[in-house]
Amino acid sequence: MINKDLVIIGGGPAGLSAAKLAAESGLSSLVVERDFKLGGQLVKQTHMFFGSEKQYAKTRGIDIAKILVDDVLKYPSMIEVMTDTTVVGLYKDKVISLLHNDKYIKVQTKAIIIATGASEKVLAFPNNDLPGIYGAGAVQTLMNVNGVLPGHDVVMVGSGNIGLIVSYQLMQAGVNVKCVIEASNKIGGYKVHASKLKRLGVNILTSHSIKKANGTEYLESIEISELDGNWNYIEGTEKIIEVDSLCISVGLSPLSNLLSMIDVDMKYVNSLGGLVPYIDEHHETSVKNVYVAGDVCGVEEASSAIVEGYLTGLIVAKDLGFKHENYDDLYINFKSQLENLRSGPFGEKTRNGLKEIARDQDAK
Amino acid sequence: MRIKEHPILTFEEKPKLEFIYDGKKVSGYEGDTIASALHAIGVKTLSHSIHLKRPRGFYCAIGNCASCNMIVDGKPNIRTCVTLLKEGMVVKTQTNKGDLYD
Repeated sequence: MINKDLVIIGGGPAGLSAAKLAAESGLSSLVVERDFKLGGQLVKQTHMFFGSEKQYAKTRGIDIAKILVDDVLKYPSMIEVMTDTTVVGLYKDKVISLLHNDKYIKVQTKAIIIATGASEKVLAFPNNDLPGIYGAGAVQTLMNVNGVLPGHDVVMVGSGNIGLIVSYQLMQAGVNVKCVIEASNKIGGYKVHASKLKRLGVNILTSHSIKKANGTEYLESIEISELDGNWNYIEGTEKIIEVDSLCISVGLSPLSNLLSMIDVDMKYVNSLGGLVPYIDEHHETSVKNVYVAGDVCGVEEASSAIVEGYLTGLIVAKDLGFKHENYDDLYINFKSQLENLRSGPFGEKTRNGLKEIARDQDAK
Repeated sequence: MRIKEHPILTFEEKPKLEFIYDGKKVSGYEGDTIASALHAIGVKTLSHSIHLKRPRGFYCAIGNCASCNMIVDGKPNIRTCVTLLKEGMVVKTQTNKGDLYD
């Protein structure tokens, strides 16, 4: 059994930021990541971020990943990193079992920050399991990290920011995006992303959904149909589109499975993406010294995950007796950054969702 | 199919890695995952579903969905989307839940 003060599960934006602030406060940590590299989903995001400069706006996601990883590498004696390592067990006495290089390793820790992020949702339609049907984020990884194209002709399902951005990046990489289809009667993502696509001549068909996929060994075509005001298919509007790839971009779900292993109080909150833990204002769950940061407690942009990571790292360090010398200023700063990121009409869903999981109000 | 020209990214040519896919000698490049190397040579089916044996391919790219599980060097259920390709690997399509030392 290895003993640690703090174990951070997940080496993406939230986990890396938490490790940095904990180290700055004087608290050592172990960061566990199941991929073979750090950076989470930032490593494939070639677009520039919005927000303010504090959250690296106007910087490409791939470059933000480098900044966050470099920050962590500045503390080699305080932050230990284990990549290629999957958490396979989590116990209430804060024992974690890890699988690394075919070996089980047990770790006893005083505190845990769960920063596992989120996974892409799937959509139910006949033959949705055919090879050639991918999560939009997965295609982004294949293209932008590995330099491999998914196919020649693609249709994107979903016009949220991920759907719009990945469609644009597919065009950049030389793939023909035949159209984007959106079940709702309006485009989900930011206008600036939609306009970039329209300028390239890509149609965004609102009130349209996929009816089925066709193919035997792999995807050959899809059937789409127009939807009425009640989300029902309108008969006679079906169209067949020949494609070798289909990207599904219909939102993300928090990867909160590990929290269920230790009976953390959870709630299904649609506006946050799915099953999320009740948390207090310090990001602590109903289990003492188990904290969460990033998409696992509500799907948002990576900018929010970074700030939540900083905030949670700062707080956990203090709770374990390592108070940062600028604790009060930083605390107020991170809280106000989060408030800014969640302001305006696009933040409304998040603001309402977070009220539903506020632990001090209705969990007990 | 690999990207040759890109307005933002550069993909330098990296050392070639040879490996065995379902008995055939094929190749990918250093930095590839097993799944990306196979995709680049046009292999879309990586596993078959357990009951109906339907073809399954690359789906999530984060080691979460199990659609890309393959038998690698005799070990089943290897998440090929988050496993780096190595020279000489023996990769097989998985069609069942997986048997140890198959």
